[in-house]
Amino acid sequence: MLKQQIDLNTVKKEYQEKADALKQRLIICAGTGCVANGAMDVYEALVDELKRQDLNVTVSLQKENGKAEDGYYVSPSGCQGFCQAGPLVTVQPQGWLYVKVKPEDVAELVKETFVRNQPLERLLYKNPADDKIYAKQEEIPFYRGQNRYVLGDCGLIHPEDLDEYIAKDGYLAAKKAYTEMTSQEICDTMIASGLRGRGGGGFPTGKKWAFTLVEESEKKYVICNGDEGDPGAFMDRSLMEGNPHRIIEGMMITARAIGADEGYVYVRAEYPLAVQRIQRAVKDAEAAGLLGDDIFGSGYSFRLVVMEGAGAFVCGEETALIASIEGLRGMPRPKPPFPAQSGLWGKPTVINNVETLATVPMIIHQGFETYRKLGTEGSPGTKTFALTGHVVNTGLIEVPFGATLREIIFDIGGGVTDNMDNPDPNGFKAVQIGGPSGGCLTEEFLDLPLDFDSVRNIGAMVGSGGLVVMNRSTCMIQVAHFFMQFTQNESCGKCVPCREGTKQMLVLLEDIMEGRADQGTLDLLDDLAQAVLLGSLCGLGKTAPNPVLSTLKHFRAECEAHIFDKRCPTGQCKALAIPEILADKCKGCTACIRKCPVDAITGERKQPHVIDPELCVKCGTCAQVCKFNAIVGV
Amino acid sequence: METDTKLRKFGRVCEIVDKYDRNPSKLIPILQEVQKEYRYLPEEVMTYVATCLDMSPARVYGVASFYANFALEPKGKYVVHICDGTACHVKGSGAIKEALYKKLKLSGDKPTTDDLMFTVEAVSCLGACGLAPVMTVNEKVHGQMTAESAEALIDDILAEEADNA
Repeated sequence: MLKQQIDLNTVKKEYQEKADALKQRLIICAGTGCVANGAMDVYEALVDELKRQDLNVTVSLQKENGKAEDGYYVSPSGCQGFCQAGPLVTVQPQGWLYVKVKPEDVAELVKETFVRNQPLERLLYKNPADDKIYAKQEEIPFYRGQNRYVLGDCGLIHPEDLDEYIAKDGYLAAKKAYTEMTSQEICDTMIASGLRGRGGGGFPTGKKWAFTLVEESEKKYVICNGDEGDPGAFMDRSLMEGNPHRIIEGMMITARAIGADEGYVYVRAEYPLAVQRIQRAVKDAEAAGLLGDDIFGSGYSFRLVVMEGAGAFVCGEETALIASIEGLRGMPRPKPPFPAQSGLWGKPTVINNVETLATVPMIIHQGFETYRKLGTEGSPGTKTFALTGHVVNTGLIEVPFGATLREIIFDIGGGVTDNMDNPDPNGFKAVQIGGPSGGCLTEEFLDLPLDFDSVRNIGAMVGSGGLVVMNRSTCMIQVAHFFMQFTQNESCGKCVPCREGTKQMLVLLEDIMEGRADQGTLDLLDDLAQAVLLGSLCGLGKTAPNPVLSTLKHFRAECEAHIFDKRCPTGQCKALAIPEILADKCKGCTACIRKCPVDAITGERKQPHVIDPELCVKCGTCAQVCKFNAIVGV
Repeated sequence: METDTKLRKFGRVCEIVDKYDRNPSKLIPILQEVQKEYRYLPEEVMTYVATCLDMSPARVYGVASFYANFALEPKGKYVVHICDGTACHVKGSGAIKEALYKKLKLSGDKPTTDDLMFTVEAVSCLGACGLAPVMTVNEKVHGQMTAESAEALIDDILAEEADNA
């Protein structure tokens, strides 16, 4: 018996009728950030309140849920990006955005929004810079500076509603790829689009596919790399949670392009919601005949398996990820052979990052010419970034390549904050880009147009897209130490330069932080970094020295202060801190003078005492005996 | 009799292994499901899985010890993960970890309380960086934490446990 093929047009039409009949729609952000802030309680409170007010409320527009009605639709969505202001509630069709909504706000929200039909002012976003209130989401500076090309539908559609995805022209690109295009044509389109892998490497996607297409094999695989391990990055998580069908569609097109009939989605175990949403989407796509045999009547098959990772950063490296799917320890192996020739179980395999795959359907659907209009010549398109750290507006953003860090941090991010989360106009010190493989960039690079090549030229990398802003109280040596600690923990141990090199670099950084370093430490660190860079097998080791090298290069003065003056300019390195007696707190009791083992403290009774930094051995005894908390810096 | 007990003990493991057709390449999903059952991977269970999949116990142990999410020691009823990703780190996750270690008398070498109530671990990025610093208790995410609010959260759990007892 032939399986009924899904008719995308009918689904779209039926969904659209229902959506058009609605009076208003409330979209509650159900990304991980907003859920942690209580978004699901808000969701339930809203549904209850609408029911209580006898307003016709629906929580699903799916097929089985009857006819179109002129009611109110309350739906969850994936990450809307503005995590700082969560939980977020968007009102459609007006486009109002409510921020920091709590369940107790709901009664008033419903009354104002639906009964009086105007936005509830106290829940609208107020820009802390000028106290201006914004009703519409698109007008808020955080959103205005962005181009949410890949993320667009992520914060709008119901992530578990296949019909809504189809209504947004979903799976049309897959249909085109399966029924109208040859494999070669798809590869050519991708090459022409100039799309480069968003996982960090920036390798042209189309070329990767073409290399796999030419391999002759009965069996080929497509793998979606959802093992987003970079600390400070959550773009892929948000896409998987917010728009899972887009990723499935991207994988279908990839499969058609290279002649694969099986795929794996490898998701980090730390992302339980993403695992759940992708699994659900795969099930729905199978039930609709979008996955399985004879897709769109083309005769081609494609099946997907969702696999949960088990917690190893190195599995983000493609050959390690393949080993993990095969049930082995996730250790990389030398390349060549590349996965395109010999990947999963020795068969030709394409591995693409989540964001790359989510971009694919749009290129096929709109054509590569439209896509190339975005971004720069060498790096077309947009890039999503996770903007975090000491910045006013943290969240998930998307800008075209060619945007500058200044636009991102100051226009979209709203500027830098101090340690108490208050805006600090002169607080900028550095921005960390590219996670443990990237580097810290200083103020002089704020106006550099970002793309894969420009960032690489200054010793960092775009990586997967983590942007951690750091204020002037951050010690850069400690940041370098943090990343080195991370890579050292995550080194799989296969090759010596990475396993031992990262360990020794960590020790050298500790020497700097604890005042044991000299010129020799600096030279050794430099030598070692080069050795690890050249001698490691995979990307983890090859890029592990980047955070250290970029710190040595861009924050030379700070390094030298630690090494030669035994001083931490930010006062963060405890071992280098010089104890000081606060004159206004010191009662002059002489307790510290009597206990100091090296007689470094002097002073008269009932007069503030003083520590001689030359004599002090930083033993901390004085601070322990002081009853007035007058001694700081130990 | 003895065989009976053993069969009962490993009955659930058997089901899991069979669900994956005793396929050695499914070792990771198998161990993940087994761990859900026992909350950790007891040595004899790993040996049993190895026999079922016709591989050496060393290979199973090798995989189990490689991946951070496999626990070789029993974990507490409440597993607290303190995110130490870049964003959380620069926003002070270290102080939260120290506060909880102190409160529960734990350390990096001793992550689980003696009554098996709490396990506290620092983990690399949980991917909720917009809310840094972040911690999770049994997968529930708590954002924008401070040392005080983290301690209060533990107190709430303790109070709830005392009520239930």
